Amino acid sequence: MTAPEGGGGLPHRRWWSPYLFLAPGLAAVLLFSLWPFVNTVVLSLTDARVLEGGSFVGLANYRRALADPDFWLAAANSVLYLLVVVPCLVVLPLGLAVLVRREVPGIGLFRSAFYTPVIASAVVVGLVWQWLLRSDGAVNAVLVRLRLVTEPVPFLTDSTLLLVSAMIVTVWKGLGYYMVFYLAALGNVPGALYEAAALDGAGPVRRFTSITVPSVKPMMLLVGTLSAISALRVFTEIYVLGGESGGPGGGARTLPFLIRQVGLGFAGETGYASALSLLLFLLTLAFSLLGRRLTKGDEA
Amino acid sequence: MSGRAATAGRGGAGRRRAALAARYLTLCLALVVTTGPLAWQFLTSLRGRGENVYEGVLPAEPTLGNYVRVAESFPLLPYTANTLVVAALAVTSNLVFAAMGGYALSREGWRGRRAVFTVLTATLMFPFESVMISMFLTVRGMGLVDTLVGVWLPGAVSVLNIMIMRAAFLAVPRELEEAAVLDGANEWTRFTRVFVPSARGALAVVCITSFMGAWDDFLWPLIVLTDSEHYTLQLGLKSLAGATTVNDQRLIAAGAMAALLPMMLLFLALQRFFFRGVGEGAVKV
Repeated sequence: MTAPEGGGGLPHRRWWSPYLFLAPGLAAVLLFSLWPFVNTVVLSLTDARVLEGGSFVGLANYRRALADPDFWLAAANSVLYLLVVVPCLVVLPLGLAVLVRREVPGIGLFRSAFYTPVIASAVVVGLVWQWLLRSDGAVNAVLVRLRLVTEPVPFLTDSTLLLVSAMIVTVWKGLGYYMVFYLAALGNVPGALYEAAALDGAGPVRRFTSITVPSVKPMMLLVGTLSAISALRVFTEIYVLGGESGGPGGGARTLPFLIRQVGLGFAGETGYASALSLLLFLLTLAFSLLGRRLTKGDEA
Repeated sequence: MSGRAATAGRGGAGRRRAALAARYLTLCLALVVTTGPLAWQFLTSLRGRGENVYEGVLPAEPTLGNYVRVAESFPLLPYTANTLVVAALAVTSNLVFAAMGGYALSREGWRGRRAVFTVLTATLMFPFESVMISMFLTVRGMGLVDTLVGVWLPGAVSVLNIMIMRAAFLAVPRELEEAAVLDGANEWTRFTRVFVPSARGALAVVCITSFMGAWDDFLWPLIVLTDSEHYTLQLGLKSLAGATTVNDQRLIAAGAMAALLPMMLLFLALQRFFFRGVGEGAVKV
């Protein structure tokens, strides 16, 4: 592309016009993204509360976090969430994409149907699964009728099971979303590769492992990174399935859940919550850097 | 695709038919997994008042009465109106400001372009959840707590949308612009008459994603809104499910399905943009 120099490549162009065009967007970003981030860093070093300013306390909030069992439980829950959900969301949507890639009659209908959970809001999805997983819900009814269990499984009232239920919901809602990513990647795989492999006598499994998987590996890494970041952001699923407290004794709380509970409300400790927020940010950053590094290593 | 056909051809028609049957069987299984839970909720929403919600799969006395009853006994319509206000603001502001910002970023040769680009990309790294407390304090400082403007404003223009528009404008052929310049069009005219019409697809993507974002958002409205009169639909749905006065799964299901329906219609009508939006977003992250 030929770059006009000094902004004067084309006539009727004012030097200030790009700034004017960008002004609303930049203002929004500065006010609602950059400034809140800076403010979070500053607040995390104070003992501010929702209703009062607070004073500088150094790293006290971080020391408090490291000694806070609630923080460790929430962090463990978030990381566990990620470790379970990410492999599922890297593998299962790829299977779906392979399944719907081939143009057989009616395939468009299947593709759209698989995407429906993505369209539904987190609250709707939460309500749908709450109705299924309640102690008097359909899943328990089936399990009892099949005599797999004698008493209803407390999917929503036991902290561990609540976390597992939320994971199931997240995976279920993510299937169609990441399927589309893989469909885009599979579209770029030359069909000739498959023809050649077929002529060499490679079966479907062999073709999948030696052509499909290597071809979509960069996309798998992208899906892994994206789903890891969104796993660390989980809030609504747990809130809708398990209620405001986040499971009995708050045992299923994730980091965002804890941040909201600690930082907001009349007794909200904004200082401490900001420190927790920054720890969440660092955790997210660590996983996105890991993803980037894996991607780079893959390209090299 | 032809490769698959070639292999199958070797195994004969019988094997091909068996493979196809297996494929459809798997497809149907996946269909049950992905849409079964939604279908179950839908069927529950159709169950009559007198029947047992736990018995059987199909409603014994199918009725649409639950949809009427939930709208009568619960302020779902005002909540929907609130959501539509936020969504209308979000769609308009995102379309206008993301197009303008994306246009500026797609132009070359102005001072600070690199810096702006870096700052914008960097903000994509902050998860909302890690800045939501400060964001709340900012919105409170502006006196916007418990207002719909407070719900809308932080999402008035998203960086991702700016980037989508930038990519679209980069693809506009230079000749088009040069022709407009020869006609004596100034920059604003070129932007509105040449660039914006050439990026209709990207604008549709921005429109749909901002509408969906506003319609589906839960955590931020939950933080900003306190008075239930200002609730958006998603907050209303959650409180409907928690309301002890309701406690009727038929009504909750009807509310949930009513909230899903507009999204479904939008999706069915504009499918190609949905899939495209996801792909374009992916490249940018």
